[in-house]
Amino acid sequence: MEVLLFAVSAALSLAGGVGVVAARQPVHSALSLLLVLGSLAVLYLTLAAEFLAVLQVIVYAGAIVVLFLFVIMLLHARPPESRPSPVGGQWGLAVPLGAALWAGLSYAVLRLPAGGRELPPEFGTTEAVGRELFSRFLLPFEVASLLLLVGIVAAVVLGSSPAPPSVPPRSASGREEA
Amino acid sequence: MTTVVVEALVKSAVLLAVLLTATAYEVLLERKLLGRFQVRYGPNRVGPWGLLQPLADGIKLLTKEDFAPAGADRVVYVAAPVLLMTTALFVYAVIPFGPEVELFGRRVTLYLADINTALLLVLGASSIGVYGLILGGWSSNSKFSLLGGLRSSAQVISYELSLALAVLAVVLEAGSLSLVRIVQAQESGWFVVRQPVAFLVFFLSALAETNRAPFDLPEAEQELVAGYQTEYGGFKFVMFYIAEYVAMITQGALAATLFLGGWHGPVLPPVVWFGLKVLAFVVVLIWIRATVPRVRYDQLMSLGWKVLIPVALGNLLVSAVLLL
Repeated sequence: MEVLLFAVSAALSLAGGVGVVAARQPVHSALSLLLVLGSLAVLYLTLAAEFLAVLQVIVYAGAIVVLFLFVIMLLHARPPESRPSPVGGQWGLAVPLGAALWAGLSYAVLRLPAGGRELPPEFGTTEAVGRELFSRFLLPFEVASLLLLVGIVAAVVLGSSPAPPSVPPRSASGREEA
Repeated sequence: MTTVVVEALVKSAVLLAVLLTATAYEVLLERKLLGRFQVRYGPNRVGPWGLLQPLADGIKLLTKEDFAPAGADRVVYVAAPVLLMTTALFVYAVIPFGPEVELFGRRVTLYLADINTALLLVLGASSIGVYGLILGGWSSNSKFSLLGGLRSSAQVISYELSLALAVLAVVLEAGSLSLVRIVQAQESGWFVVRQPVAFLVFFLSALAETNRAPFDLPEAEQELVAGYQTEYGGFKFVMFYIAEYVAMITQGALAATLFLGGWHGPVLPPVVWFGLKVLAFVVVLIWIRATVPRVRYDQLMSLGWKVLIPVALGNLLVSAVLLL
């Protein structure tokens, strides 16, 4: 059962990965990415990490790819048919880098002891992940939240156009703070 | 093992039948009530009190031609309504309708699954459902559909945040993400009493999430013909509509589960209490549609981002401080 689930979702995620780079329509690429993320969530489930699986669906599939699609649709609804392939010049670098990544991952997997370890029953539940996150991994957690805050501030700065000089009494930022 | 599978299959089949029938009659209820609110009769020709109207509508729509507009992206055009309807129905895997009961000599739970991330699963399924709206709007190759799709994605994504923040206050009270545990925690008192602000934010967000009036901008018929589903007809149109009306029932079920005590109530059996609470919520949604005019798009966005999210965050902070 588990092997079957793994085989199906691994095959789907590989197919999705190929689709991301091979699709002609940007929307189809985004949908292939969605397929990759969805099958990854199933893989997390087979690893007993259910909280992570649901978060994967909510954050990546439910929010990030939706925003990708949103932007793609806003920017160019229909791209011209004959366009130079955007990945054309990258083949030379992509092949050796991909091979290196594959070799590194295979090395890591082969070094693992066979059979694996017995998991505690609460492994992967919301409580267990939360406890680890707010005790052992508190510092990385806070650093990540700071990073996200910087991103939000930068987006606000980039998105707010400078106020025209002729209307000084009601600045946009002053109203939002009130 | 086999009995567990058979039990789950039977439960799913019953659930689907009840849900789809309820959806059909929800449409009739809405048309009847809207008729009454507008001082007319509503459907009353097919069967007694128009009771066979949903059946007639269904047959009419199923026998229509299956078409796709010129220039449509065929695969995505077909996949969008399927995706939306599947995610809308998927949520019911974790919604509890009642406690354990004795049926045919064995203990049966009146829910399909009690998992410790149930609430997140519900939120995740609704965020996947957004794809149905966007892709349906995009693949139709029509400007009205595209505008409707863009509007719905912006709206649903914005209000998902305030919905989740409001629901988190309930999670704080119950100390669990499992919907069964949340209902059990309300045995002594409903969370709507302890969390009135969260309920208000949840209610407004639910209205926007279901694209209902006064937040029905994705299908504002005076501006966009019918929004993202303009170019759909026949069975694919039915799937969009089932998804929309199931979403109303889903928000009612969530409101009942999270704030109104779930299956708890005196005298009547638990399942009946749950059904009554959902029905009350749906009737209020219909009533609001007949009463309140549509808001403008910028009003919708500023309500979501500048009012509901700060209020929900503040409520969450106060609840956390009080509970700790």
